[in-house]
Amino acid sequence: MGGIVYFSSRSGNTARFVTRLGRMASRIPIPPEEPMPAPRTPFVLITPTYSDGLGRGAIHRQVIRFLNDPDTRHHLRGVIASGNRNFGATFALAGDVVAQKCCVPVLYRFELAGTETDIVRVSEGLDRFWKTHFSTAI
Amino acid sequence: MKDLPPTRPVPPAINWNRLQDDKDLEIWNRLTVNFWLPEKVPLSNDIQSWSQLTEDEQRLTIRVFTGLTLLDTIQNSVGAPSLMPDAITPHEEAVLTNIAFMEAVHARSYSSIFSTLCSTAEVDEAFRWSEENAQLQEKSRLILKEYGATANPLRKKVASVFLESFLFYSGFYLPMHWSSRARLTNTADLIRLIIRDEAVHGYYIGYKFQRGLERLAESERQNIKDFAFALIFDLYEIECRYTETLYDPLGLTEDVKAFLHYNANKALQNLGFESLFPDELCRVNPAIMAALSPNADENHDFFSGSGSSYVIGKTMATEDEDWDF
Repeated sequence: MGGIVYFSSRSGNTARFVTRLGRMASRIPIPPEEPMPAPRTPFVLITPTYSDGLGRGAIHRQVIRFLNDPDTRHHLRGVIASGNRNFGATFALAGDVVAQKCCVPVLYRFELAGTETDIVRVSEGLDRFWKTHFSTAI
Repeated sequence: MKDLPPTRPVPPAINWNRLQDDKDLEIWNRLTVNFWLPEKVPLSNDIQSWSQLTEDEQRLTIRVFTGLTLLDTIQNSVGAPSLMPDAITPHEEAVLTNIAFMEAVHARSYSSIFSTLCSTAEVDEAFRWSEENAQLQEKSRLILKEYGATANPLRKKVASVFLESFLFYSGFYLPMHWSSRARLTNTADLIRLIIRDEAVHGYYIGYKFQRGLERLAESERQNIKDFAFALIFDLYEIECRYTETLYDPLGLTEDVKAFLHYNANKALQNLGFESLFPDELCRVNPAIMAALSPNADENHDFFSGSGSSYVIGKTMATEDEDWDF
């Protein structure tokens, strides 16, 4: 089973989503001086979107720092992005940016802390995703 | 030199290079980059589309917009300013001045729509209607009660988030509905700018609420949470009646209610609370969701094979200097 690494600012929306998933997960720290997780097995990234109206700055600087490590990036298998549909075209844009930069699929998008439906879909989806992944990766 | 009236202490000059809370700068930057004025939207392109609405549809639209104007007026002149004395950081106060001003821009925008599309008599009638509409007055009073000078700082924030993230949506529904039918599309573009701003306002005030709540003892936290759920329930009942009065003639009431449930849950999430309405009551008409975020596919789910291509090939506007690969 692959892992989860996530970022959540102090608004706590993504952290609440990850808690409800009930899976082991590492958190990318908010303060830059704290140690960065460095996964060496396959994982999925869950990240909020911070873009302005033009789509600039969609990814939090700490998430970029995390992905700047080539060994970490080598183990990234997919991204789940959150946001708010009120932001229109830039909704969950962080997922598209990571997907494009790292050549991995956007697995799912959700709003704020997610709904019950989102939790069920992501839980079941991750189970299937990792099962397929590990059966074809060997 | 005695008996001078007490004067306000001189505040320290604000230093944006010494932040107590990074969120203040993050939100300041977001709001200032997103700044806009109604003149930027070519509303006059909607004149023909407006003339194709029936008289009843026109009246409904004007009324809905005066209702939204009232909420923006309250938030501009009372709501956002009432949060300023409770600000924990000087930067929070500065952000609130931006929020207050943008609410004035929003209120002003509706008048731009009116002057472009409608006759003075129709608009005057709608403003009279807004002063007499029982539900509009009732929800305003419920919110204003919490904005009183002696009110609890956290209850004020709850009321503010409910106004920003919930009460607007019975109104926002209509321009999204018209837009989904290729009607009043420029007006819808303007409303989407307002919707974007309100999302940041609700998020930020909700964030500050959560910081305040953390400082309280468990029993006080529970009291505030009980208050929040009671208030949203009262507001919801008023919104249901307001929705029925406005949308029953178009047969849209149930559709609007799903949108209300969906947004009530989002308002509660901004406060860090769980949802009130189960997902099956929040199934918003996909056409409305598409009108809200035109380029974001409604239900992107790679896991179940729905959604569009997973990698976007176009260059994205990111800060490339941050990425070193």
